[in-house]
Amino acid sequence: MPRTLFDKIWDAHVVDKLGDGTCVLYIDRHLVHEVTSPQAFEGLRMAGRKVHRVENTIAVVDHNVPTSPGRLTEVNEPESALQIATLEKNVKEFGVTYFPMSDIRQGIVHVIGPEQGISLPGMTIVCGDSHTSTHGAMGALAFGIGTSEVEHVLATQTLLQKPAKNMLIRVDGKLPEGCSGKDIMLAVIGKIGTGGGTGYVMEFAGEAISALDMAGRLSMCNMSIEGGARAGLVAPDETTFEYIKGRPFAPKGADFDAAVAYWKTLPSDAGAHYDKIVELRAEDIIPQVTWGTSPETVIPVTGSVPNPADEPDEAKRAQMEQMLRYMGLEAGQKIAGTKVDVVFIGSCTNSRIEDMRAAAAVAKGRHVADGVRVLVVPGSGLVKSQAEAEGLAKIFTDAGFEWREAGCSMCLGMNPDKLTPGQRCASTSNRNFEGRQGPGGRTHLLSPAMAAAAAITGKITDVRELV
Amino acid sequence: MDKFTTLTATAAPLNVDNIDTDKIIPARFLKTIKRTGLGKSLFADMRYNADGSEKPDFVLNQERYRRAEILVAGDNFGCGSSREHAPWALKDFGIRCIIAPSFADIFFNNSFKNGLLPIALPEEICATLREDAAMGGNAKLTIDLARQMVIRPNGEEIPFEVDAFRKHCLLNGLDDIGLTLEHAAAITAYEAKIPSWQPKIQGA
Repeated sequence: MPRTLFDKIWDAHVVDKLGDGTCVLYIDRHLVHEVTSPQAFEGLRMAGRKVHRVENTIAVVDHNVPTSPGRLTEVNEPESALQIATLEKNVKEFGVTYFPMSDIRQGIVHVIGPEQGISLPGMTIVCGDSHTSTHGAMGALAFGIGTSEVEHVLATQTLLQKPAKNMLIRVDGKLPEGCSGKDIMLAVIGKIGTGGGTGYVMEFAGEAISALDMAGRLSMCNMSIEGGARAGLVAPDETTFEYIKGRPFAPKGADFDAAVAYWKTLPSDAGAHYDKIVELRAEDIIPQVTWGTSPETVIPVTGSVPNPADEPDEAKRAQMEQMLRYMGLEAGQKIAGTKVDVVFIGSCTNSRIEDMRAAAAVAKGRHVADGVRVLVVPGSGLVKSQAEAEGLAKIFTDAGFEWREAGCSMCLGMNPDKLTPGQRCASTSNRNFEGRQGPGGRTHLLSPAMAAAAAITGKITDVRELV
Repeated sequence: MDKFTTLTATAAPLNVDNIDTDKIIPARFLKTIKRTGLGKSLFADMRYNADGSEKPDFVLNQERYRRAEILVAGDNFGCGSSREHAPWALKDFGIRCIIAPSFADIFFNNSFKNGLLPIALPEEICATLREDAAMGGNAKLTIDLARQMVIRPNGEEIPFEVDAFRKHCLLNGLDDIGLTLEHAAAITAYEAKIPSWQPKIQGA
């Protein structure tokens, strides 16, 4: 029977089956960070258990590290410092490989996995973070888990899971100038809604996906969770293999060839069954921006904020009205021209070198608008050093942007980089929930190029007017 | 894990779709290395004003819902992050069962690991249960997990679906890890077949 990419990875990792269809699923890579692991290690310790397979496990600090240039000597917030110290104690006690803040390889867990060659096609990859779906761009089955499951993987190297359903998102055609993987993904979420992918693994395919570089694919799979999917997937191809070759933890020499031979068997078979198919034309996509407090509230930058009066469902109408109040927007207003206070370029969605290049291409030779604060936060120490070598950091600092150290930063409001109440932010991150970037903060999700355009003009702007 | 067998309790209506995990527990409260004590921060931004005073309109601030143990919520409950702090906070507050038209996958999984029962029922049934819940402590709902029934205050029984394995674990308060370790031999046999080209993360 023809199988999908998801079916193949799943089948290859079933260790055992329980009566009701629940499987004991083997996990190849477990990524650990400071926020969702302390209680899991504590559970292991209380039960007298070890980490089952340390060579499948990697730890890093990202969520609550400061991104200020002097962070190695500055005093961190005490609760954050305790979480970091707790992780450092745990990795030492349990023998887990760890990238501390002082290591150039430190960065956002979903940036460093692919960057180091730790996340590879055909693998099962988990982390106590919903954006683990990012690694699906490598052709791996990657999904977020809670802390109980973190402990379960540490103790057994497996999870108890039932298979998901298969969804195909096919994007054919050529993506217009000024658009990126981020714009495709926001358009997908706008189409299917934040619950549209619930119960599914979402495979992205079609000409426009094949044409994307790895960074674009990683951005898309990253936000598959925003569409409710358990995971996102892109079939591994020459772009994937080229990206992996030579990375520190990737297979080398004859091992690499053996790996590629296996990886080439992974793409979905012709005639494989999908439970749901969604199709988009790439040339229809216009740079996207969100207006509300759910990622599905997305419109083209040329569009207007919708009017709740047009919504027939009473509960939905009330929610739209609440979103407009929270966001400080008027029904029917053009989204372009909305003034911003802060611009954030970073996060596990958009902090790779390609994202830095896209933002720098817009910022080059220009200057930040008066009164706007711009944070550019590379996804890892290695992205930072590459961006400096390529002259991108200089473009940013010349433009009056802040060039910072690697971490999750202003994506999630649990480190010093936060919005203050009422501040409006053009952000390349993944969630625009109320309070996500700091209590009372207002988030508009968009691509790195669109974020840079907002920085230069001080308002939400169609980047195509600047290139 | 705490057992879940039957529960008869006040239900609080929360008719909002897409209640995300940042609403359930904002990220600033995740800086803990414990599982306990999060109940006071549950729904923090919906429940408290900036000065820490309660917002009187929020359902769980109303006297008759302060001891609610069931929540009847809107569609796609628990969307967003994987933070298990969300079920921990609900549980710590005293919520033991959530009924909604649908749940986000990770939240749904996390709930079962903590003796918190998520029940998915069609929107029209949830609407009826929210009407029951609107009567506060005068109209308690009963959840009978063994029989897979929600019992309305008028005695009407509404069947619900639950995975057999998860039901078994909840009814008996079983720890997943212990159960999985019964498959240790199969795990070892699987590991013996991992291809030699697959790199190990070590010596970094």
